[in-house]
Amino acid sequence: MSGDPCDRCEELLQDFLDRTLTDVEWQEAEGHLAGCDFCARRYRFEESLRRYVRTSAVERMPPGLMAKLDELRGLDASV
Amino acid sequence: MSEPDPDTEARRIATQARDRARFEEEALSLADQVYRVARRLVGSREEAEDLVQETYARAFRSWSSYTPGTNMRAWLLRILTNLNVDRGRKIQRTPQTQPLEESDYYLANKMAAAAGEEVLEADDVVERLSQGSVVKALSEIPPQFRDAVVLVDIGDFTYADAAQILDVPIGTVMSRLHRGRRALKQHLAEEVSP
Repeated sequence: MSGDPCDRCEELLQDFLDRTLTDVEWQEAEGHLAGCDFCARRYRFEESLRRYVRTSAVERMPPGLMAKLDELRGLDASV
Repeated sequence: MSEPDPDTEARRIATQARDRARFEEEALSLADQVYRVARRLVGSREEAEDLVQETYARAFRSWSSYTPGTNMRAWLLRILTNLNVDRGRKIQRTPQTQPLEESDYYLANKMAAAAGEEVLEADDVVERLSQGSVVKALSEIPPQFRDAVVLVDIGDFTYADAAQILDVPIGTVMSRLHRGRRALKQHLAEEVSP
């Protein structure tokens, strides 16, 4: 890696977790993470954060909305 | 030209009614997932309910333009995001300015600075951020970035589906997603003590 290896690792973080890195970049990130506690902790943190955002942001459909949607069945295309 | 055979015509009508009923059943089975995404794209529960109802009204009217076997959830979300843009996102309270670009480690660095580097090893580290703060932070990031984050990170859409829903190239989805996630972390970092 050229420059600060932790900066480069940070740059690869999102694509690493999205699994969109090239094979070469993947090896580059994994090689660095194996020996760098600082970056490894931040990668694990980011992974947990993504799961937390997903679960925190979920709000179930309010009761009654399904019945309203069901009433829309059969709407005429010309209306 | 001969008159259509009444039996053939009756069969055609019956087939169409069956196809339509199947379409409606499948669309309604996705309502909870559609609402979940809608709720995070707009500012209030009431607006999300209205938007989902408008989406289903439009979908049911134009059911014949849906190609069976393709991704119906993405098709419904495409209608929903278009309606949302048409409505001018009127109820949202979002800053007009672009957020400052902080780094991807920004939130973790701030938490480590506040509570020590070891805090990042704790299993419950992210739970130190309140559930409400995640929802608030999502509502505060610029709409075009939020759309990408909500579709991919909450709606579980692929980049390709999100690109189709938002009618932008995949590269644009990726760029908005990256920036949206950074902006989200920046807002979350505001509740971490310096």
